[in-house]
Amino acid sequence: MKRKLDFDIDLHHLPRVEGHGNIRISVRDGRLAEATWAVVETPRFFEAIVKGMSAERVPFLTSRICGICSISHSLASIRALERAMEITPPETALTIRLLAMHGETLQSHALHLFFLAAPDFLDAPSALPIMQSHPEIVRAGLQLKELGNEISTVTTGRCTHPVSLVLGGVSKAPSRELLLRLKTMIAERLPALERTTEFFSTLTIPQFVRETEFISLRNGSAYPSIGGDLVSTDGVVRDEEDYLRMTNEYLVAFSTSKFTKVTRQSSAAGALARFNNNFGLLHPRARAAAAAFGLEPVCHNPFMNNVAQLVECHHIMEDAAMLVDRLLDADLLDIRTAFKPKAGSATGAVEAPRGILYHHLETDDEGKVVKADCIIPTTQNNANIHYDLHALAEQALAEGRNEAETEKLCVILVRSYDPCISCSVH
Amino acid sequence: MNHLGFELQPLKIASFDFTCCEGCQLQLANRESTLPEFLALVDIRNFREISSERHDDYDIALVEGSITRSDEIERLKTIRARAKMLVAFGTCACFGGVNSLKNRMPQEAVIREVYDGKAIETMPSMRIGDIVEVDYGIPGCPVSKEEVERIVVSLVSRSPVTLPTYPVCVECKQRLNTCLFDLGEICLGPVTRAGCDAVCPTGNTACLGCRGPAEEINFPAFAQLVRDKELSMADMREKLAFYNGFGDYLEEET
Repeated sequence: MKRKLDFDIDLHHLPRVEGHGNIRISVRDGRLAEATWAVVETPRFFEAIVKGMSAERVPFLTSRICGICSISHSLASIRALERAMEITPPETALTIRLLAMHGETLQSHALHLFFLAAPDFLDAPSALPIMQSHPEIVRAGLQLKELGNEISTVTTGRCTHPVSLVLGGVSKAPSRELLLRLKTMIAERLPALERTTEFFSTLTIPQFVRETEFISLRNGSAYPSIGGDLVSTDGVVRDEEDYLRMTNEYLVAFSTSKFTKVTRQSSAAGALARFNNNFGLLHPRARAAAAAFGLEPVCHNPFMNNVAQLVECHHIMEDAAMLVDRLLDADLLDIRTAFKPKAGSATGAVEAPRGILYHHLETDDEGKVVKADCIIPTTQNNANIHYDLHALAEQALAEGRNEAETEKLCVILVRSYDPCISCSVH
Repeated sequence: MNHLGFELQPLKIASFDFTCCEGCQLQLANRESTLPEFLALVDIRNFREISSERHDDYDIALVEGSITRSDEIERLKTIRARAKMLVAFGTCACFGGVNSLKNRMPQEAVIREVYDGKAIETMPSMRIGDIVEVDYGIPGCPVSKEEVERIVVSLVSRSPVTLPTYPVCVECKQRLNTCLFDLGEICLGPVTRAGCDAVCPTGNTACLGCRGPAEEINFPAFAQLVRDKELSMADMREKLAFYNGFGDYLEEET
């Protein structure tokens, strides 16, 4: 008689992801008994500590929610507060902010693709041995990551925890010299992106499909970044202020991060969700890159989130160059609108590198925050990761895979979501 | 590695994170143009955020974040026992950071605000130095990679590790910035330790003191400056409390 399979996978503090999460898989008599995605990160209680703070200081606090996507957090708070207090920033400041978002996303995607994801596909424990085995690939990755950081530094004063993003606009505009240097740098680094694309096209992406609902922003005129309608691939369209009905947060016993859902049991946010909802608004060069990977909307393979990030890098390079040109023609002195604090309440939704991010803030007459709510992209992916793990482990068992193979697939799956766990718990 | 005839050994380092945003560790992978040279100076033994290799033999532990849960205390003590040198890495580790803002409120109220009655363990945010002995602190929110590079070179070459003793104003003047006080804003530059190249005032925003107090500051003169300029004392207190680096001075003032 054939021996039935029995094993337990218990991965404590999964490496090469931001934050602390555990994977638990149990198989008894060849059948899946448990598959859990448990977030064990310590909460920092940002929604409580932001209460009582002056509006102008809030973006400097909320940016500290995340060490990778601090610009997105800063701009989500700024958008919420500017809408709440009816502040209209000058056009130049809005362009600077869009460029800053591109810098952050390029940096984040390059970090994920090269440092966190690539080692899985080359059977390496980290990017360090890859520096020896594939030096030209790592060099390309570092060039893209450096470019992302440089865009963020030029637009916001620093690459992590922005300095000059403020209510009413920006506190300092980049100089023409820095913008011209950035323009040259973007053009010079296009070959690095080509090399990266060639390299990733040689990797084998696991085949796995579990139909899900993809949530992102959509504005109808440009690939989404700051503000817009909340949409899903199941046809849901809601106003930005209606964010609670797009998340429906709930608590689960095994996680310090909350779970969310919309129409189905779970939903997904991130590069693949943006791609699935906004394919037609990508730059033609990015669409061509997607075609080379056979990536088409609506794609339900979560492993393809890696490819969607790469596709977005192509879009960012083109769009960032266009925004730099626009700034070179703009009035770089008209960057900040004066305002008087007042009572109000509004939502700011932005597309952070890992997906749609909501800050909802309410102020009193003096502009002090009286209520805050932050819903993080990874929070919106937790349930999807959890149920994907279950389906993937079932598939692995049906395919006759052993414990080591199953574990490897599950780990790559979680990393494909590029989770930002401390952010999700905040 | 040979430098000027001296044989130098790479530092066996490990990087650990507690309650934080992990932004300080991330700086280690920044400044990409000098990254290969930087990595040649260190032998990374344990760094969960970028590597699945985990070894327990390390000489230097970089510890990021503050402490807010009992399991973190145990983990930190184990790290202290294994490391020859422990570095509090970043503002949360050195001073408690923005996490300490929750210490003003009863912890039950903080939990209720976010988790709606679910039982969640947390305690007032503590510095790394409140739990274990700290050999060096590298402040900053986030740490400055340039400063980290400088300190790593000092450690490899067995030179003394130093931080600037003077305030941010010195660096700000070197960058020829207009003083924010002259623009009507309170800036903590006069009382905060330099080493950040005055990055915030250079971007036209106030220093919020992430690097903690400089040595031998004249705090009463700073408070007097705020009063003389008829600026808001409440604003000054909000700024001083932001990173928890000025606790003693805040009490003095209020």
